[in-house]
Amino acid sequence: MAAIILRVSDVAKKFTINRDKSLKERLTGLGRDKRHVREFWALRDVSFELEASRTLGLIGANGSGKSTLLKVIGGILSPDRGQVERRGRLAALLELGAGFHGDLTGRENVYLNASILGLSNRQTDAYFDAIVDFSGIERFIDTQVKFYSSGMYVRLAFAVAVHVDPDLLLVDEVLAVGDEPFQRKCMERIKQFQREGRTIVFVTHGLDQVRQLCDRVIMLEDGRVVVDGTPVDALRAFRDRYNVRAGQEPEHGDRRLEIVKTIVTDGAGRPKDRFAPGDALGIELEVLAREPTDDWVAGVAITNHLDLLVYGTNTALQSIELPPISGRRRLRYRFDSIPMVEGQYYVTVAVHPRVGPEYHRLDRVVSFKVVSDAADDGVLHLIPRFEVIE
Amino acid sequence: MLSDARPPGGEPPLDAIAARVAAIERLPMERVNQGAASPWRGFGLAAREVYDYRELLVNLIRKELKTKYKDSVLGFLWSLLRPMLLLAVYYVAIGKFLGMTFKLFPIFLFSGLVAWSLFTDVLGGCTGSIVGNAGLIKKVYFPRELLPLSVVGASLVNFAMQLVVLVVAVLIFGGSLSGQQIWLLPLAFLALLVFMTACGLGLAAANVRFRDIQHLIEIVLLLWFWLTPIVYGVGSVLQRMEASGLHWLAQLYLANPMASVVIGFQQAVYGSYNDGTTQQTFAGSIAPRLLVVIAASSVLLWLAQRYFARDQGNFAQEL
Repeated sequence: MAAIILRVSDVAKKFTINRDKSLKERLTGLGRDKRHVREFWALRDVSFELEASRTLGLIGANGSGKSTLLKVIGGILSPDRGQVERRGRLAALLELGAGFHGDLTGRENVYLNASILGLSNRQTDAYFDAIVDFSGIERFIDTQVKFYSSGMYVRLAFAVAVHVDPDLLLVDEVLAVGDEPFQRKCMERIKQFQREGRTIVFVTHGLDQVRQLCDRVIMLEDGRVVVDGTPVDALRAFRDRYNVRAGQEPEHGDRRLEIVKTIVTDGAGRPKDRFAPGDALGIELEVLAREPTDDWVAGVAITNHLDLLVYGTNTALQSIELPPISGRRRLRYRFDSIPMVEGQYYVTVAVHPRVGPEYHRLDRVVSFKVVSDAADDGVLHLIPRFEVIE
Repeated sequence: MLSDARPPGGEPPLDAIAARVAAIERLPMERVNQGAASPWRGFGLAAREVYDYRELLVNLIRKELKTKYKDSVLGFLWSLLRPMLLLAVYYVAIGKFLGMTFKLFPIFLFSGLVAWSLFTDVLGGCTGSIVGNAGLIKKVYFPRELLPLSVVGASLVNFAMQLVVLVVAVLIFGGSLSGQQIWLLPLAFLALLVFMTACGLGLAAANVRFRDIQHLIEIVLLLWFWLTPIVYGVGSVLQRMEASGLHWLAQLYLANPMASVVIGFQQAVYGSYNDGTTQQTFAGSIAPRLLVVIAASSVLLWLAQRYFARDQGNFAQEL
């Protein structure tokens, strides 16, 4: 039985919004009903135990309570009911450069920030050179931070953050900032923390990070734990729940031409919404012209759950001259094969002139699913062949 | 179940991991935010936590001091200039224009002003300390008491410098610090320290809920200043009250903790000039009153900390 490092028992947290702030408002509002006050439960009866050396990911839609839970664990908010118990040293990276003060030099800020994150001055002395090295701003370490570029600021802040020495580390989407090399550095560091046996709880929207880093995932919805399990379970549940419902988005354009119908088919005209990687797929549009025109282009785009463009094209890009349109026309894009990994995908369709604003665009108007047995990651479903060659 | 959750391809448990887990297992589980939960033990726990975070406290004090006068030519001198100017103004306006007959009136004035300016620095600074550090409060955990306490610490540094100036002035003007009442100084200082810390903690927390406090406190301090015998002698005030048969008013006047503190400072520092003929200072010994102030302020400090602890869990969402 491994050691429990964190125990969250029946934690509930209530938020009150629109609370009157000034004494006058309080006094004058005393007799009246509490109509300004609205309460909602950000967390409801959340319970779990976490074993030391594990990495737990917290996922959920915006407002589901992930960050609140992290703050309750970190002691920044106290719960209205229930309790949190933990042991060992804690460091919470909820913000890079917490406590940085523009008027202080980089050196002074390092010491201040480090002690806010729970390092002793002695430890900071010991890590100081490493911190400066990591940040790569040796030349400016004795310059006031207000003269730093934002990049330098973040690098210094991050350099301090990665030198924390916790048993339990809380991370809140800090990893989402910065350019790609920077993010990779973050990942490397998290993995090193894992190798050192530190326990990590982190909040993220990046499902890839969940897959790469976590060995356990808790998904929250409206403040409740809805899934608590392996990353695979949680990610599947996440996708099922948070499919942006297709066809719910605002439409764009002046509607000289209007897309009146969009369906996803098997490529031969039969409607279909579940595919295997490599299946054929058709997207059929019905376009209605309010005025006859010969300047028109039809386009389609496929995006995934993260709104990443998987594929997009239009008739102009493919050098197809569309015949002049008046009245209704039906069009079809057919893909012989969709080599995409498992997931939910969305189709965006548009008609527009060759130059100028679109006639009509429907974002994520229909969706389809790709289901596969292969445990692959990313966007493309490739077929790997593996061998040990020596 | 959970112990099998590590995915295939994860690292095998290395020695480093096992060692850390074993170390964790030896530690007791501690409840987060227990200060807010247990009213009786809470104060002790909070005090211990502040002690554990003493390095951060020192760093925060250092930050307060450094950022206050950063990039100013005179730097720390500014914190001396304000009380000096006040001293000059009161000396001219009250000592000369109104013809105060005190011997070495500036020394008398300064000994009270030193204590008072520490008090106003702390109250003014503490009141905004939580609201002004909203960014930190929302993102990092540390005992919230550190923020008002760092204001207290930074103000104490300024106070120490003023005290040095006062001592030098006393020596220059032929006073003596070995007077028999000099022991009142630490006593009065202790009373002031406990009282202002209690007020500072309470105000810091209250200001989060009622932002009016930071404006209110300025007015209250102005009134309070004149209710405290700093620029006038307490003796004449009491005499008049007694003469009008308002014994209760005199007692009420003396119930002001700052009156006792200021009188304590005056007796300690100015006492050696007192030739016994003037009525400026308190007739009896202020020591018993200072002890009462210390005792009452300790209770107040406890109450203020409880109030602070009860509210601090909500600071992050109120800000």
